[in-house]
Amino acid sequence: MDTYTLLQNYWWFIISLLGALLVFLLFVQGGESMLMHHRDGDERSLLINSLGRKWELTFTTLVTFGGAFFASFPLFYSTSFGGAYWLWMLILLSFVIQAISFEYRRKKGNVYGTRFYDTLLIINGFAGPLLLGVAVATMFFGAEFTVTKSNILNVQAATISTWGPLHGLEALASWKNLLFGLMVLFLVRTLASLYFINNIDDETVFVKQRQLLKVNGAIFVVLFLATMAVVFLQSGVIYDEIGVTQLQEYCYLRNYVEMWWLAIIFLIGVAMVLWGIGKSVMVPAYSHGIWHTGIGTVLVVLTLFLVMGYDNTAYYPSLLDIQSSLTLRNSSSSEFTLTVMSIVSILVPFVVGYIGYCWYKMDDDNITRDELENTDHKY
Amino acid sequence: MNELVNVVDWSRAQFALTAIYHWLFVPLTLGLGVIVAIMETIYHRTKSEKWLATTKFWMTIFGVNFAIGVATGIILEFEFGTNWSNYSWFVGDIFGAPLAIEGILAFFMESTFIAVMFFGWKKVSPRFHLASTWLTAIGATLSALWILVANAWMQYPTGCEFNPATMRNEMTSFWAVACSPMAMSKFFHTVLSAWTLGGVFVVGVCGWMLLRKRNVAHCQRSLKVGAWVGVIGIVLTSITGDSSAVTVAKYQPMKLAAMEGLYKGDFKQSIVAAGILNPAKKPGNNENPYIFDISIPYGLSFLATHDPNAFVPGIEDILNGVSYDSNGKPLNTVPYAERMQRGKQLQELIAQYDVASRAGNKVAVDSLHKAINADFKYFGYGYLDSPEEAIPDVPLTFYTFHFMVTVGGYLMAFLLIALLFVYKPAIVDGKKWSRLWYWLCIITIPLTYLCSASGWIVAEVGRQPWTIQDLMPNKVAISDLSAGYVQTTFWIFAVVFTALLIADVSIICRQISRKSLTDLDKINN
Repeated sequence: MDTYTLLQNYWWFIISLLGALLVFLLFVQGGESMLMHHRDGDERSLLINSLGRKWELTFTTLVTFGGAFFASFPLFYSTSFGGAYWLWMLILLSFVIQAISFEYRRKKGNVYGTRFYDTLLIINGFAGPLLLGVAVATMFFGAEFTVTKSNILNVQAATISTWGPLHGLEALASWKNLLFGLMVLFLVRTLASLYFINNIDDETVFVKQRQLLKVNGAIFVVLFLATMAVVFLQSGVIYDEIGVTQLQEYCYLRNYVEMWWLAIIFLIGVAMVLWGIGKSVMVPAYSHGIWHTGIGTVLVVLTLFLVMGYDNTAYYPSLLDIQSSLTLRNSSSSEFTLTVMSIVSILVPFVVGYIGYCWYKMDDDNITRDELENTDHKY
Repeated sequence: MNELVNVVDWSRAQFALTAIYHWLFVPLTLGLGVIVAIMETIYHRTKSEKWLATTKFWMTIFGVNFAIGVATGIILEFEFGTNWSNYSWFVGDIFGAPLAIEGILAFFMESTFIAVMFFGWKKVSPRFHLASTWLTAIGATLSALWILVANAWMQYPTGCEFNPATMRNEMTSFWAVACSPMAMSKFFHTVLSAWTLGGVFVVGVCGWMLLRKRNVAHCQRSLKVGAWVGVIGIVLTSITGDSSAVTVAKYQPMKLAAMEGLYKGDFKQSIVAAGILNPAKKPGNNENPYIFDISIPYGLSFLATHDPNAFVPGIEDILNGVSYDSNGKPLNTVPYAERMQRGKQLQELIAQYDVASRAGNKVAVDSLHKAINADFKYFGYGYLDSPEEAIPDVPLTFYTFHFMVTVGGYLMAFLLIALLFVYKPAIVDGKKWSRLWYWLCIITIPLTYLCSASGWIVAEVGRQPWTIQDLMPNKVAISDLSAGYVQTTFWIFAVVFTALLIADVSIICRQISRKSLTDLDKINN
């Protein structure tokens, strides 16, 4: 494997890891979607203040995921964002309305009232994970685009990436994409329940969240099995040494078989997810399920991204022109840029280290009603 | 073609809208971040409850403002892809890296430590808390560094080479991109101007409280820090403004000419200190560019080159390729008509390269590659329909530039006087005209915001019609979208951002008003 190929694979791993961490951190959105089940002011306040200390981490991971994708695979950024315009715009809007809602909801003079901001959080809680899930699903199930780089020489129609007329709305009409999106939504709702059980010290919240965990966990497991069945039966696009593409039946199942170590990690991840949910449901005193299910989620999503792009597979199949499909080879940055960014990425463990340390210090004690009454900065 | 023009215009409008809204909040984050960190440092050293109360007062405002800055920032990053998809591929290899580094090194620092800053008072040690406050301010500044490096590269593309095999520019030197003179002057000028705005904000809010005789001691503490940060900010902004002018003159002479409304340049070129442009003036006609002007002899030559005798080209000179070195010898500057011709030839060469490459003709590929790189600096001109298309909006650039400079000069005087009053309060206290001074402090806040926004309008409008200077005009950088789609999202953003701005201003005003009625010499108020 030459250096350039190695760098492309390394950066796909980084993107996959960021994507996996993002899905885990979407428990914040899952928690926001839970607000509708907690209408009591104090209960809701506990939930929001618990999430409010984490939302920026999720937000930052999303932004970094976008930035890293731009830097390492700019043709994806160019093709997907400009093409699936409405899908991405809806995602962005849902995050814009989240960013101010925590800080503004209880502030005097917030013009629109607390309920308005809580509604914005609930919208973000449902729309964010669902739409992000749909966007990721198009990387398995394909999207309606073509890429012709030489178009840039034609001033009358210079865009190199063209898309179908619905510009992303068609992705929302695909049942496979919606299934994937719903699976993500119920996953993050499940993670949110596990997070609240771990982070909030309050009997009412605990009882309610355990009940919600049972319902959301069960729905998630069913959706997960259905989604995986569809993914494993899905045909993908593979390419040869000179970049010529062809359809491959059961592409992602084949990739798991050929990269068996990923299959093992996938199964370990699934087991951890189920263990965290199962034990939290069965053992009332158990509150550490978020860690098992969270780490399991990261492992599963990581392998899903990796089988999407490794093993000569196009990670963004085109439904209009198979040869336009995006691969790690035809969409990446240059070797020089990937090398520069790889040097920067050496700092990532340091960043993860201080995030972990701060999280540990801030979550040393669980959030209680007393703490909220005695703090001068709360949401 | 009309549809194309509409998409370009609406895409520009949407990006301008997002950028201007974003920039309403970012400078206060940058300026107030440093001010709050200094205040907490004083509290840490003195252990005075009064300084803690003052720190927390400004920290609350910082938090409200920070949130909306984050909300508008995410749109900007993703708009590069959604609305400027060709751009994202054409220069993503260079532009993407600073954005990714910004995320990894700056955003995580900000988002992690801001949580400690607000919620960690009782959870971490005082020293760790102080470090967190500083790291939040440093994270915000680092974030500004990387996005300004990216922006500076669009003004002065360097450290890269065009690769006809991939139809894009590829980075060849990271340090040339990160440390270009344009990047350095832009970073310092922008961040220091944000310190100025932060300082003015503190002075203005204190002016409002002093007008109502509320928490005088708290105001004196705040003014000490705010006025100093403001003065340091405006002095250094002026110095870096000077270096910015030199880099603009060197790398974007058309922008400088537009900033001054200069059509015919000269040696010992005077600078227009104030003036009204003549709307009838067009390149090539004999109209006077100004209806009225007050000029300073030698001023523009000195500002642009630090040599009062140097030649500064005007718009017509640049179009015609007229320029001279410091000894008066003509420079071999290529006229725009020829640049356009060479740009079109380049496009043909690249098309030939594409054919030769597909045919596997290595000899032709190598020879064409060399020819392409030799003339690539004129690539973007091949897309222009006429040389005049390369002239930015002169009135908008001219008036915003002069507004910025005039207000900048006023801010220098204002902040120095504010600092004087901090140390000699007897000059203003109890005097009849003190109310006038406090009102001036309040009015200066929106004036500084307008000044700050004007600076960005000069930088961005003055670069037009280029998305990337000389390489890619706007009309080639856009996504394959209909004008109706972009128009729709423009109005959605306009409504959402305006609604959020109303809430933001309302909350900040209410916070100031409510807290000013409490005793800000004590905590837990």
